[in-house]
Amino acid sequence: MSLGPAEVAKIAHLARLAIRDEDVPAYARNLSAILELVEQMNAVDTAGVIPMAHPLDMAQRLRADEIGESNQREQFQAIAPSVEAGLYLVPKVIE
Amino acid sequence: MHEKTIALLGAGLAAGEFSSEELIGAFLERIARYNPQLNAFITVTAESALAQARVADQRRQCGETGPLLGVPIAYKDIFCTNGVRTSCGSRILDRFIAPYDATVVEKLAAAGAVMLGKTNMDEFAMGSSNETSFYGPARNPWDLEAVPGGSSGGSAAAVAARLTPGATGTDTGGSIRQPAALCGITGIKPTYGRVSRWGMIAYASSLDQGGPMARTAEDCALLLGAMAGFDPRDSTSVDRLVPDYAASLDRPLDGLKIGLPKEYFGAGLDSEVARVAESAIAEYRKLGANVIEVSLPNSQLAIPAYYVIAPAECSSNLARFDGVRYGYRCENPKDLLDLYTRSRGEGFGAEVKRRILVGTFALSAGYYDAYYLKAQQIRRLISDDFRRAFEQVDVIAGPTSPTVAFNLGEKVDDPITMYLSDIYTIAVNLAGLPGLSLPVGFVGQRPVGLQLIGNYFAEDRLLNVAHRYQQVTDWHQRAPAAFA
Repeated sequence: MSLGPAEVAKIAHLARLAIRDEDVPAYARNLSAILELVEQMNAVDTAGVIPMAHPLDMAQRLRADEIGESNQREQFQAIAPSVEAGLYLVPKVIE
Repeated sequence: MHEKTIALLGAGLAAGEFSSEELIGAFLERIARYNPQLNAFITVTAESALAQARVADQRRQCGETGPLLGVPIAYKDIFCTNGVRTSCGSRILDRFIAPYDATVVEKLAAAGAVMLGKTNMDEFAMGSSNETSFYGPARNPWDLEAVPGGSSGGSAAAVAARLTPGATGTDTGGSIRQPAALCGITGIKPTYGRVSRWGMIAYASSLDQGGPMARTAEDCALLLGAMAGFDPRDSTSVDRLVPDYAASLDRPLDGLKIGLPKEYFGAGLDSEVARVAESAIAEYRKLGANVIEVSLPNSQLAIPAYYVIAPAECSSNLARFDGVRYGYRCENPKDLLDLYTRSRGEGFGAEVKRRILVGTFALSAGYYDAYYLKAQQIRRLISDDFRRAFEQVDVIAGPTSPTVAFNLGEKVDDPITMYLSDIYTIAVNLAGLPGLSLPVGFVGQRPVGLQLIGNYFAEDRLLNVAHRYQQVTDWHQRAPAAFA
């Protein structure tokens, strides 16, 4: 499958990635080449093959619902781009 | 001291020949002298290294022993280190000071290993040459015009140049084994679930696995013994006893069955690399191994399936980098969407963006079955190929990489050609098996690695098979002339 500039822009929006207009054609070219590579998979009939999501056949572990972590808000907020009064600051969301 | 292996350094410390403080001082001097040429370290933690060394010396005075007590180690900059920048090779984490230690770091520190610093890597471990690093590429100590491989290229270059006797790496599609091969060192990717992923920045969570890189299999055994084990904080960690890897190194190889996949010796393999790999196999015959041909018929589908599964998982994992709670934030965002898209657009490099876009596309409505589901079915076929092969043989052997180290800049503009560099390593991650690369010769000045693939949790066997080879050969002792 070949992707054009409009499709790249749509996928970039879904991925929340700003791509400069002048870079879009190169991404379209590279992504199309990657999809062409990936589509070699179609040479094999996989009807009835059970998809493998994980290398080991294991069940997800459960644990008791107990508090294991302490509150480290100050330490975590010390590395944030912008905080005030214990809150993370972002541009206004609701007018 | 820099020419000694971890095993010998541990013995020297135990015998009181030198202190950890002296040892760490000597390695820090080498880093200061050689790192400007190699760019193997992103961050050097000189002060804390000397402080940790003094603590290790005190621990020894108090009667503590252990093969890693006071021994230097470098961490790939993907492992979170409390209070130390953990960049993952990316602009988006350039100023990220990790607020905690990864389990691997915690365990090695508990064993007394002393952190020298954080090593260079492809951005978010996405690359095979170290050239996608925000900090510029590390260089190959055997030839400064050559790439060290990737993504754990800084770790491989640092070990090969004797700037550290050991380092950690991570391997999602070959990122420990391929740089180990290209730099002439030994590295092992353990079975998926053997080493905790907690605090290891995620790329593709069903494939990522941490492991050691060092000069010898014996050193890898010592490091892996300390790194491996169950961790309740990693939901896919396996609760299974960690064997004493060092204890089984000397087991004879008489009757060992080695399988050579015919698909790993076909088109695409450099003929000189093939010749070197075949001479290593001949050495194994002399050591008593039986060598037979096996087939992994779906090998050619590993790269296509990987470039759906890994990008799909990466697009999900890297969604957390949004410019809000930590990491890079763009200047003057006009609204929340602008903050997200520009922080990510400016913070991530081109290869990371490519993979996020591929993954987002493969998971988007209407394409999921054709790409993601199909790739998971292929993954099953590849895993079944290995299962059948291991009914016939104990280990599988072949070249780690189809070529020796290529030149800087040679493949950087052509993602597809770069991806083919991992053609023999990727299937191992898809199946979740352990794989090891060891140095077995040279083409010109550039090293060649042999890959050994084992059955699930057969790390002890792989280390044993590599160690026996290193007892009768000296490729692992060769040092690049400029850094000897």
